[in-house]
Amino acid sequence: MIINGVHIDETFAEAFPMRATRVIVTAQNLKWAHYAAHAMTGFATSVIACGCEAGIERELDPAETPDGRPGVSALLFAMGGKGLAKQLETRAGQCVLTSPTSALFAGLDEGEQIPLGKNLRYFGDGFQISKRIGGKRYWRVPVMDGEFLCQETTGMVKAVGGGNFLILAESQPQALAACEAAIEAMRRIPNVIMPFPGGVVRSGSKVGSKYKTLPASTNDAFCPTLKGQTRTELSPEIESVMEIVIDGLSDADIAKAMRAGVAAACGLGAANGIRRVSAGNYGGKLGPFLFHLREIMA
Amino acid sequence: MTALTFTLKLPLRQRLDVSPLVPDVLLGKSEKEIALLPLQYGNRRIATAELFDIQGGDAESVCISGSPKLDFAGRAMTRGALNIEGDTGAYLGMQMKGGRLCVSGSAGLYAACELKGGLVEIAGNAGDLLGAALPGNKKGMSEGVVIVRGNAGDRVGDHMRRGSILIEGRAGAYLGARMTAGTIAVRGDIGPCAGYAMKRGTLLLYSSHSEIGATFNDCGMHTLGFLPLLLKGYEGLDTCFSGAPASLARVRRFAGDLSVQGKGEILLVA
Repeated sequence: MIINGVHIDETFAEAFPMRATRVIVTAQNLKWAHYAAHAMTGFATSVIACGCEAGIERELDPAETPDGRPGVSALLFAMGGKGLAKQLETRAGQCVLTSPTSALFAGLDEGEQIPLGKNLRYFGDGFQISKRIGGKRYWRVPVMDGEFLCQETTGMVKAVGGGNFLILAESQPQALAACEAAIEAMRRIPNVIMPFPGGVVRSGSKVGSKYKTLPASTNDAFCPTLKGQTRTELSPEIESVMEIVIDGLSDADIAKAMRAGVAAACGLGAANGIRRVSAGNYGGKLGPFLFHLREIMA
Repeated sequence: MTALTFTLKLPLRQRLDVSPLVPDVLLGKSEKEIALLPLQYGNRRIATAELFDIQGGDAESVCISGSPKLDFAGRAMTRGALNIEGDTGAYLGMQMKGGRLCVSGSAGLYAACELKGGLVEIAGNAGDLLGAALPGNKKGMSEGVVIVRGNAGDRVGDHMRRGSILIEGRAGAYLGARMTAGTIAVRGDIGPCAGYAMKRGTLLLYSSHSEIGATFNDCGMHTLGFLPLLLKGYEGLDTCFSGAPASLARVRRFAGDLSVQGKGEILLVA
């Protein structure tokens, strides 16, 4: 399959079941909602060492938020429910509770309920106030700028993490330009996040390492500087490879985002140095979700 | 199918317990069974058909012609709709758990007392102890919403634990006394001793003439983030409290009742 001169490999991305939740962060204005949400979703690129994968899903109009203020929705993913609950609570406490004018609400009603403000309320030292509004419990925690309003729980659902595709280009700037185009298109798709910086990861990994303590190491088959040194997947003209990793609330959401991203990258085409699109997998043995590039782009 | 309607044949001479005339009891009953349903009338038990003309057949929606002597209307109902055309007596919606109870006139003492859920709407006035606990009990209204379009009497929300009471007119003395939690909003003036011995909960007062007791301390003017959310929660209800301008209001917060180490609040809308 070739799109605009870009070769689409006959391969697939392999993804795993995860647990996810969505939260809504609001503030006096969008700038401060972003500050809080960025802090909350910071250091959350990969479950390998961050504990969770998180990102901002989209901006919300005041009409879309529970308290009628500007806000953003963020998605958090982890390998298990316990880990997700722990990460959510820690991040909410350290990043949103602390951020001026912020409030925090559940973004998912369905699924198992996990604590949001349920334990953070104790920061109020007995001065916290509970309010049940529309069947949902909220906590008003007195803080120095007024009150931190936080919903008691949010829903946790089954989700999918690790959808991905690789963009292989003739140069590093060209690979990055294609990734930027892809990310811009993918950010319009709901229910997904691309958790790496700017949505792009340049250090794709393989499972295992020659060093026994490391669970993952550099994906040498796609490292352009190792073309003559390892069993490479790269042809001579490829000088740079970048990856986009996608976590989504369902496999259909990931497929939709992959299609939008690959199409945008291919839009730049071979004329702009984009030569191939590939994907990372483990031979289909580890993850139950397989995203075949050619099927997605058909 | 039209609402199951009970129309009084004659004015009542004694107090009448109409608690059996709720959808929970009437559903699945035949016309004859409903006609023979015994009601406590003064010190006697008499069949429903002796007091009421019965029409219609939809037991999910019950309509009763009103009288100030009708007591216990909607008691412990859990579903459906009950409409009282006119006034009603004491204990309206007592321990009601769900459904919608509407009174086109006024209600007597202890309306919505120990309410556990559902919606109670009173188009006229409500008597004393609206949403309160029954005498000797410690738990008043614990869920649900009460809307009073007229005025309410004394001791509204006495021992109230949760839920909302929205009074569009005036409220009497001891508003929210001994309240444990919940929200009471009043558009008009209030009587003395609001929040007396209040432990937690919120009194949201719109009248600038509201008298705040000495045991409530002024915490200053604030824009509280939960207020728009609270008022938005009333949007589905036909009440003046759900209006958008009110949701933007700044409030003066008074904390109390400090005489009982209470952590409740009176919010005075600016």
